[in-house]
Amino acid sequence: MANLSPGEIAERLRALSEGSGVAMKLGGADYAGNYLQFLAAVLRDFALEAQAFTIYVSVTNPCVLVNSLLSSLEIPSDRVFFVDVISQTMMSTLSKLPNASYVESPTMLENVMLRVEYFLRKSSAPRRIVVLDSVNSLAIHNDPAILSEFFHIMVNNLKSRGITTIILAVAEETNPELESLLSLVCDDTIQIGVPPSPEAKSP
Amino acid sequence: MVGASASTAVQVERCRTGIEGLDNILDGGIPRGNTVLISGSCGTGKTTLSLEFLVRGAQARERGLFLSVTEASHKIQQNLATFDFFDKRIVDDGTLTFIDVPVLYEKLGLSKQEMTTEDIDLFVGAVAKLASELKVQRLVMDSITSVCYRIRHEEEIRDLILKLGKSLSDIACTTILVSEIGPQENRYSLYGVEEAIADGVILLGNVQRRGDLLRTLKIIKMRGTTHSRAQYVLDLTPLGILLAPYLKGGRGWEAT
Repeated sequence: MANLSPGEIAERLRALSEGSGVAMKLGGADYAGNYLQFLAAVLRDFALEAQAFTIYVSVTNPCVLVNSLLSSLEIPSDRVFFVDVISQTMMSTLSKLPNASYVESPTMLENVMLRVEYFLRKSSAPRRIVVLDSVNSLAIHNDPAILSEFFHIMVNNLKSRGITTIILAVAEETNPELESLLSLVCDDTIQIGVPPSPEAKSP
Repeated sequence: MVGASASTAVQVERCRTGIEGLDNILDGGIPRGNTVLISGSCGTGKTTLSLEFLVRGAQARERGLFLSVTEASHKIQQNLATFDFFDKRIVDDGTLTFIDVPVLYEKLGLSKQEMTTEDIDLFVGAVAKLASELKVQRLVMDSITSVCYRIRHEEEIRDLILKLGKSLSDIACTTILVSEIGPQENRYSLYGVEEAIADGVILLGNVQRRGDLLRTLKIIKMRGTTHSRAQYVLDLTPLGILLAPYLKGGRGWEAT
């Protein structure tokens, strides 16, 4: 599969109907580069252009780090709100962002839903996006059964309200259980920097 | 005939709490005129839920009365000011009234530690008169447990709640009685009689799951409406109370 540029990824997202669930699979070989590509595609080329309000659920990295990456990419964060699920567990919430809400632990999945709901209610923007970063990080802390329940309830709730959900996954770290979870709740899959599988190459 | 019976079904008038999640699981709100016990241990959100019920009502031009038994009402108003949904003008214009029950006791001459049957009648009569004069449609007593501390016999507690509920229901006032219970008690009130008389019981609690303490809400009973019997996780946010389904994850968890 050819590597898509941020602009092309944004175009794919624009083509989807509102309320879609999208799995965004990032190749692990150059994860940092792919992640920056993802941020540029989703938060700059897609969300910014659509004047969308983004709720970024950060489980992999503290929101302070994600926020600084946005700054380095010159993406304004005034329309981005964070639900930080990892900083309190890491005991590193001394410098809190004003546009963030902190959940005590990645195992408190209901509280993740509630903080997302909180920011959704605060926003009056007609277009809203929820980014979950990432399914793999949530899987470290949660059993598959409760994780499936969480995604099923959360993504379907957002879908019914026309809110696009983007779920990040590390392609090589996504086991069949997580694959089936993603295929259950997502309408489309976009790959960034994922090498083509041997089966795809063979005639 | 099914169609005829469906068309003649009585529509129960609702008192929307204004807490979206709660109204959803109550099939539209509390049946108007019901007396509802909100039970829970400390820190579970009983007072916040009760106050939001009154404030949301005031925003819908329904007058409310908060009877504070244990905490000075000016302190409650200070705490209330931290919520985005509160606008002090509803207090200034009299849509929401706060009264300290110890002041009411004093005015009624109920200075003794123990209330007699006559004292109970006097107290109930005074509350009903206040509610009627202020034309309130929503009333909260925080807490009924503290009032009951002054009553010796269970039958008198039963009498108090029955009379209070009836006199307020007669003026279509929907009432919340806050009930304080210990963290691990397997009942909904201190004396065990309040829940039997109340029209509804909403239980707030803390559930421990893998070391995480989650605030929860469950409707135990609500006369006059169908309602969810599932457990929900509750969050106290500046925008008010938010509810999400409690995730079971295919296993049972220890309740605390």
